[in-house]
Amino acid sequence: MNWRRISALVLRYTFLYTRSLPRVAEMFFWPVMDLLVWGFITVYLLRMEHKLPAAITFLLGAMIFWDILYRAQQAVTISFLEDIWARNVLNIFVAPIRVSEFIVATYIVGFVKILITVAVLASLAYGLYSWSLFQMGLALIPLFANLLLMGWAVGMMTTGLIMRWGQSAEALAWGIPFLIQPLAAVFYPLDVLPAWLQPIARTIPATHVFEGMRAVLKGEGLSLHHLGWAFGLNILYLIGGALFFRWMYQLARDKGLLAKLGTQ
Amino acid sequence: MSETIVEVNHLRKEFNGTVAVADLSFTVQRGEIVGLLGANGAGKTTAIQTLLGLIKLTGGTVRVFGMDLERHRVDILQRANFCSAYTGLPSNLKVWENLYIFARIYGVADHKRKTDDLLALLEISHLRKAITGHLSSGESTRVNICKALLNDPELLLLDEPTASLDPDIADKVRKLLRRIQRERNITMIYTSHNMRDVQEVCDRVLFMHKGRIIAQGTPQQVMDQFNQTSLEDVFISVARGGDVLTPNTEER
Repeated sequence: MNWRRISALVLRYTFLYTRSLPRVAEMFFWPVMDLLVWGFITVYLLRMEHKLPAAITFLLGAMIFWDILYRAQQAVTISFLEDIWARNVLNIFVAPIRVSEFIVATYIVGFVKILITVAVLASLAYGLYSWSLFQMGLALIPLFANLLLMGWAVGMMTTGLIMRWGQSAEALAWGIPFLIQPLAAVFYPLDVLPAWLQPIARTIPATHVFEGMRAVLKGEGLSLHHLGWAFGLNILYLIGGALFFRWMYQLARDKGLLAKLGTQ
Repeated sequence: MSETIVEVNHLRKEFNGTVAVADLSFTVQRGEIVGLLGANGAGKTTAIQTLLGLIKLTGGTVRVFGMDLERHRVDILQRANFCSAYTGLPSNLKVWENLYIFARIYGVADHKRKTDDLLALLEISHLRKAITGHLSSGESTRVNICKALLNDPELLLLDEPTASLDPDIADKVRKLLRRIQRERNITMIYTSHNMRDVQEVCDRVLFMHKGRIIAQGTPQQVMDQFNQTSLEDVFISVARGGDVLTPNTEER
């Protein structure tokens, strides 16, 4: 792993984002819109607090946490798509860059983008709804880290699919996370799901993160049980994601698809 | 004494059972400019992409700088570079930003001086701060060549570098490539459908048909082998009657 090459790739994305207003706006537009909608829903529900638990405010936390997962996955996949859109893929793959260096660069870019987006969302949530993300205290760090890890793992898988199926698979970049969302118990507790679906949901790291987040917001503290499961599953997801990406990369090389991606 | 830079032995590539390259063997010596010629489907693009490590071989071996391509891909690419009319650089970045990124990727020392020298060599110093997406085809090609020369490559692979250029700019690019090759002793492998390009630039040509080399030598030798007066005529003869047409072996 060569950090000079990784830093060059990170710099490329930095230039790319700082030079493009639509790209910067994209980092904030949808998350802020989501925050406004979920924020006002929360305000409305709180007016019925005699019927609903005060813990309903976890909706705002869920929305911000979901965005962390979504953005982490997007960062990996969109970075690759940026090179396809710019017809720059060939220049990258014929440069002395290891695939692992390319992936690590997208992780770093994703991490920075998420930090910026979350900072904006957390400030808005506090300013508009007096809801502080930091009420979770230090528990925020491991929960955040696990969402990041899962986003990276899923991002590697979707990027692998795009490498194999080309731009026709581009919709996967946006669609795949939403396949996970209903099962990951983002906006509702796990026990809301039908009994037969719950074991499947438990195999998703994010499910444990969202369960853990709700426990923290209810004042029950950080659940080491959920944290352990989330971390363990994430290790498996990352290994699986890396193996899947490698398989797709080799398949793309075997079928001559890398060159086609670069010139289509 | 000449030094072998590229050594291809019995390269074979199949895509889902379809043979793209049947059996390709050739060597390229340091400082040579070798043209890979052939009609569409002849296998030259597959061959050049294989040399870049973009395509996995079905059979055979490729050694570059004496190293096996599959095992030492990154080490080889550090000493090589590529330029194609069909690739681009991120369009919303400035020219210097794109070049700076690749200079960092290749670990170019004193990248600013290097970039300035290359921009001057290619007569595009005035484009340093231009947005890449705003450049004309000719300017983009020269920026791409600039990128391809950043790491002082010992081996340069050029995929139709003059495609989409007007005759004036194409002529300038050809002369420039020839000059760079003379000054720096760079080995070049060149693909083009423009036979004038090839005749003017290449020391030696490999004529491919259906995944095999059917003729090779200097442009003049290949023309003689086919009893033709230009490479374009050779190209047309092979493309139209390639299955039955073979070089005049008596003159080989």
